[in-house]
Amino acid sequence: MRMVFALFAALIVSSAGVTAFSRNIVHSAFALLGAFAGVAGIYVLLAADFVAMVQIFVYIGGILVLTIFAVMLTQGLTGVNVSNRAVGRIPALATTLIVGAVMLYAILKTPWYEVKAHSPAPTTYGIGNAFLGAYVLPFELASIVLLAALIGAIVISRQESRE
Amino acid sequence: MVNGLTLNNFLILGLAVFLLGAYCVLTRRNAIGILMGIELMLNAANINYIAFSFFGGGGAKYDGQVFAIFVIMLAAAEAVVGLAIILAIYQNLRTIDVDAAETLSG
Repeated sequence: MRMVFALFAALIVSSAGVTAFSRNIVHSAFALLGAFAGVAGIYVLLAADFVAMVQIFVYIGGILVLTIFAVMLTQGLTGVNVSNRAVGRIPALATTLIVGAVMLYAILKTPWYEVKAHSPAPTTYGIGNAFLGAYVLPFELASIVLLAALIGAIVISRQESRE
Repeated sequence: MVNGLTLNNFLILGLAVFLLGAYCVLTRRNAIGILMGIELMLNAANINYIAFSFFGGGGAKYDGQVFAIFVIMLAAAEAVVGLAIILAIYQNLRTIDVDAAETLSG
């Protein structure tokens, strides 16, 4: 179990590192694949099978493909290095490290309440009940948000035609 | 704790991913790169949700997973609208450098 966690964690952190530090935006986009897939593995490790599947479908199958499309559409394969150099890396690094130190302190100091972990069981039934029971209003709102995003994306990205 | 793994392991993994995403957002001038950093930060939040859901137990067994699915859904909507805006900016300015997209400032 520790080995599996270490494997996925190494995959996630190295891929996210490439995404964050690479100068080439195409490398960043493809490194995201490793990060998303590793996070899906972590979900499986945490007995969240349905969320892992959603992660693979939506993140890898949807968002990542969309991102790569956008990279290809905006810069072409020749000019991928354009304008990807950092603005003020030292301030950014300092901010990140300070925030990270505060968060790490909070994580280590808080006495987290941990129960004995339940054995892995299928979660789809419980999640379905939660969506149509306690969370039915957010669920319906989410569908409205998705519809609005769909229409908004079409309106924004279509070509203006003026007679 | 499960087989030697504690909640802290997952929280620190989430922290590492969040910090990498934050660094990515802070240093990029490329709009798509900024969007990638945001996706990393959302993934870090989701790792925390699922970890708390797994280790928290109790009556609210699925709440963390439901929240994670909502976050994934909002991330998808955000990516769609964000990339549409970036493509519109690119059509108008021929660049996706966020410093160049300042024509709205008076």
